Amino acid sequence: MARLIRGRPLVRGRGAGPTLVADQPLSFWGGYDQATGEIIDRRHPLSGAIAAGRVLVIPGSRGSSTTSAVFLESVRLGTAPAAVIVTQADSFLALASIVADELYGRPVPIVQVDPADLADVVTGQHAEVESDGGVTIAS
Amino acid sequence: MTLQLSALDRDTLAGGQGPAARLAMSILTRMAEVGGATALLDIVGSHIDSALFMGDATLEYAERLAGLGAKVTVPTTLNVSGIDEHRWARWPVAPEWAAKAQRQMAAYRSMGCEPTWTCAPYQTRFRPAFGQQLAWGESNAICFANSVIGARTERYPDLLDICAAITGRVPALGLHLAENRFGQDQVALVGIPERLQREDSFYPVLGHAIGALVQDRIPVVTGLTVTPTEDQLKALCAGSASSGAVALMHLVGVTPEAPTAEAAFGGRPPSRVFRLGLPELAAARNELSTAAGESVDMVVLGSPHFSIAEFRQLAPLVAGRRRHPDTAFVVTSSRIMVALAEADGLLQPLRDFGAEVVVDSCVLTMPMLDQQTKVLMTNSAKYAYYSPGLLGTRVAFGSLADCVESAVAGRTIRDDSAWHA
Repeated sequence: MARLIRGRPLVRGRGAGPTLVADQPLSFWGGYDQATGEIIDRRHPLSGAIAAGRVLVIPGSRGSSTTSAVFLESVRLGTAPAAVIVTQADSFLALASIVADELYGRPVPIVQVDPADLADVVTGQHAEVESDGGVTIAS
Repeated sequence: MTLQLSALDRDTLAGGQGPAARLAMSILTRMAEVGGATALLDIVGSHIDSALFMGDATLEYAERLAGLGAKVTVPTTLNVSGIDEHRWARWPVAPEWAAKAQRQMAAYRSMGCEPTWTCAPYQTRFRPAFGQQLAWGESNAICFANSVIGARTERYPDLLDICAAITGRVPALGLHLAENRFGQDQVALVGIPERLQREDSFYPVLGHAIGALVQDRIPVVTGLTVTPTEDQLKALCAGSASSGAVALMHLVGVTPEAPTAEAAFGGRPPSRVFRLGLPELAAARNELSTAAGESVDMVVLGSPHFSIAEFRQLAPLVAGRRRHPDTAFVVTSSRIMVALAEADGLLQPLRDFGAEVVVDSCVLTMPMLDQQTKVLMTNSAKYAYYSPGLLGTRVAFGSLADCVESAVAGRTIRDDSAWHA
């Protein structure tokens, strides 16, 4: 049974992949290896996981505005997540994705959803993100 | 409410002001929608952090804008670069990295930005005035402009700041609007001796403590009984914008939007009250050090960039002395401050001491440390906060005098007397 979550598209686009879920925000600067897509913040619950090509589900980013530059570089190198689902209107991730769209024509969909809708979403489920902000989660 | 654009905004978005302005306006309006803005507003100045080379994507972005003929439309200063443009080769900086950093500098210069290359633009002739709307990047500068000057800027990240400078417009959100500038949390200083409040090293520590407590909220600091100097306020802002994301703080009786606590809070009660006494501040001071009682490889001063007043303080401390042969001594500053210091005869004592001056950049942004540099010492909360993570060094925090004494001895020396009751 698939479940549909209605979210707000911060940056429109389509993307799909297995989910990678954490309840802690991530600083991409010092927390994301742009060469490999590995989460390298050793205090983060997703430390060691490869986020490239996956649907990353986090509250948002945190820390330095340099998060935008790291995220943009990961898009350039093809190591960015397939989509990011956030619970905050995260301007740093949105900015990077918008610039990736304008510069490379490759936006990473960023969707804001209600935290309550994520209560039973766990790592490894297949997720499909649509341009209208709809997220289909396979059980 | 959807975003309402002016006729000129719409023309810019349609390409009527050229392809670079179209690109900048497209990014800006899309970000305005993410933030839920209903309008854009005019700015009178910008400070750009985007010129810092962070990888090929930031360089491609800069060269795309420059190649489309981008020009800034408001007076725009530049934050630090990834290199000291004319002296990077003195340090172990990879030449191919320096070449890309230099290309990124050239791209932003071609857009008409002022080559100030400093994280303390508020200490140049481009210092803004009370109430002016700005689009500034660089966390310490944002906090200083909002708090100490009472100018108005949101926290503009890399990539977006230049879009604001090109279009002269920003989303009407956040700290641009008077109703969002009132204090939220109270930080009450309790029983801090005036002798300590006059110490320069009190302010980076206080900033570090405040940022850790309030994170991205707006603090109102009560209980200061002295009037801090400009460089002390600079250190305070830099500390709070490192451990937290403080973009605006009010100091009752000191900063322009806080004649009284009531005015700073807009007549509302604080949502949280934190008490900071001597024990809490002594603990915050200790948090800034990860090294103690050992040899020091490099003393680093000047984050934010050293001012002429700070050069004036440092010169007599080092005059007639010599640093330990195994301890480097680096001051990071801007070209303009270094020129002023030279004219005032303040650099010769530093040279005789064995100090080196770095301009345009800093130890966090220019890859200038060699593998043997393991322990730093600094009087800057920002250097102390970031160097373990970004540079992989350990760090000792101390006063300016502590830093000079440590450089002479070649090991950390700290005078703790001011921090005890």
